[in-house]
Amino acid sequence: MTTIALERLDPSSRAAARGWSDLTIRNVFIIPTIVFLIVFNIFPLLYSLGYSFTDFRASVSAPANFVGLDNYKRLLSDPNIWRNFTVTAKYVIVSVGGQMIVGFGIALLLNRAFPFKGLFTTLLLLPMMMSMAVVGLFWKLLYDPSWGIINYALGLGRFDWLSNPDMALYAVAITDIWMWSPFVMLLSLAGLSAVPKHLYEAAAIDRASSWYTFTRITLPLVAPMLLIALIFRTMEAFKSFDLPFIMSGQPTTEVIAIRLYKMAFQEWQTGLSCALAYIMLIVVIAITNIYIKYLNRVKER
Amino acid sequence: MTHIELRDVQKFFGEVQVIKDMNLVIEDNEFIVMLGPSGCGKTTTLRAVAGLETIDEGDILIDGKVVQHLKAADRDIAFVFQSFSLYPHMTVYENIAFPLRATGQSRAEIDRAVRQVADVLRIAPLLKRRPSALSGGDMQRVAIGRALVRSPKALLMDEPIGALDAKLREEMRTEIKRLHMQQGSTTVYVTHDQVEAMALADRIVIMNEGVLQQVGSPDEVYLHPANLFVAQFVGSPVMNIAEAQVAEADSEARVVMPGAAEGFVFPRNLLGRLEAGGAKGDGLALGIRPEGVLVERERREGYLPVEAHIIEPLGSHDIIDLQVGTQMLRARTKAGFVPRPGEKVWVRIDPAQAHFFDVESGRSLGVRL
Repeated sequence: MTTIALERLDPSSRAAARGWSDLTIRNVFIIPTIVFLIVFNIFPLLYSLGYSFTDFRASVSAPANFVGLDNYKRLLSDPNIWRNFTVTAKYVIVSVGGQMIVGFGIALLLNRAFPFKGLFTTLLLLPMMMSMAVVGLFWKLLYDPSWGIINYALGLGRFDWLSNPDMALYAVAITDIWMWSPFVMLLSLAGLSAVPKHLYEAAAIDRASSWYTFTRITLPLVAPMLLIALIFRTMEAFKSFDLPFIMSGQPTTEVIAIRLYKMAFQEWQTGLSCALAYIMLIVVIAITNIYIKYLNRVKER
Repeated sequence: MTHIELRDVQKFFGEVQVIKDMNLVIEDNEFIVMLGPSGCGKTTTLRAVAGLETIDEGDILIDGKVVQHLKAADRDIAFVFQSFSLYPHMTVYENIAFPLRATGQSRAEIDRAVRQVADVLRIAPLLKRRPSALSGGDMQRVAIGRALVRSPKALLMDEPIGALDAKLREEMRTEIKRLHMQQGSTTVYVTHDQVEAMALADRIVIMNEGVLQQVGSPDEVYLHPANLFVAQFVGSPVMNIAEAQVAEADSEARVVMPGAAEGFVFPRNLLGRLEAGGAKGDGLALGIRPEGVLVERERREGYLPVEAHIIEPLGSHDIIDLQVGTQMLRARTKAGFVPRPGEKVWVRIDPAQAHFFDVESGRSLGVRL
């Protein structure tokens, strides 16, 4: 009898009937999560902060010596690091800029009713769901100077995309645009479909041209969504490692994350790389904060 | 000077015909109210005039020019939406200025026009606010301001005060009337509220299921409804409609409701008028508004004794349900006139206020006594 009665209850009260209080449920689910976060996120974060003030090398058993801010000073006065930052900035601007334009453009095209819209949208989202490593390897094939399809399709002969120091970064950025434009498209579509249809009718009645309607109504109302896409993509692009690492070994594609990887796991300068990681973290937080401030201003309207 | 004309307009949504053979002429400066239940096609008609909806057949003419192929922007008509449709990211000032800015007028000209409209609508202190910080009534004022600011050929309003609460609705109703008298532009106003229609309209256009039922001044549609639908849609409380038979007795006519012992006394010429109206003997319906049912507490000549069933006290007056034969008639009396249900009272029907309809077609027989 009791089992039948229990099954009729919804899950939480069933648990309650079994003698689990809300407190127990909370503890069972939340305490492991918090412990996990502390062990794998917060503890390493603080530990590496400590390392960033030492000359510790993970490859040597010698004890770490405290060196104060020496690591930070060294990094910030190193022209090579600045070069890496410049490359990263260029990469972020080109790839995020491209994604915003392509993604929002496609969203504008998709923002109407047509047959097989759902299927079409899903197919367009596919690149975003692939593994970075796979995308990198495939695009390397596509870019191949002797038999890659891109040169064939564009009739560029034996143009070398990835070993050409001037072109390599843009080639990687194009791949990144291909992969992540769907993400911007998805958020833009959500933003566009949230603009009430009657506002467009009102604008038509008010005799606004389509361009005027787009700049004065569509764009301002989608702006918060576009900014969110921009924040996410900027953060990701700033940290990006896989695509440039897999696709090109050029110094012109050595973004800051690759530099960090080399410093930490090839040169084993653990303390120094921790300091660089912290500099990156601070830059990302700073950029994000600027965006979020702007986002709040846009949202207030 | 704006003159709008609809000629044989037909509109389908898939299989459903939402506007059927619509013919209507709207004169310059007229305040037309389109009245009907939801889904009767009145909003679709309005949107078709504005250019927000296409029509399948017929012509829409504005000032003699065929416009059904023109875009909304090229018809120079303003529209006030039920949902207000204010631009949420713009201030009140920017909202009202939008139609002027969109057509690239000079800054000084825009400023002058916006401030003038804001003064007329008494929203000058709100110009810097955003729509989200406004009350419903103020939002509607802004929406009307945005419509008026560019002096359109005609002003179309789709249930503009339907979303407001009752008290505000009454206030805005007066205000819209005042505005129309001040500005005097051709106005087409859609509503399902017959009180609003009566209060505002120069002429009321009543629609049902896509078909135009009657066009006329508020008095005309109230006093001489063209059919059963109009009779029951206009007026509150609703007109009594009762099955009835007319008999001749002595020097009078008697209108007998089924199951009643006696009939109501009518002048003898009713018989001739009914015949002239095309009555076919049976299938006759008597329509009488509650104020046309006269109630007395004591026996009187020509009054029938009946029993009061339900009494609804409404403050200024009471509505009383009276059992006549197998049917109920609702009467309007002074407040507290009949003290309690079950009371016996004497009633008569005022022949001047009686209507007769053909039950089958619903058509009024046009009897006026």
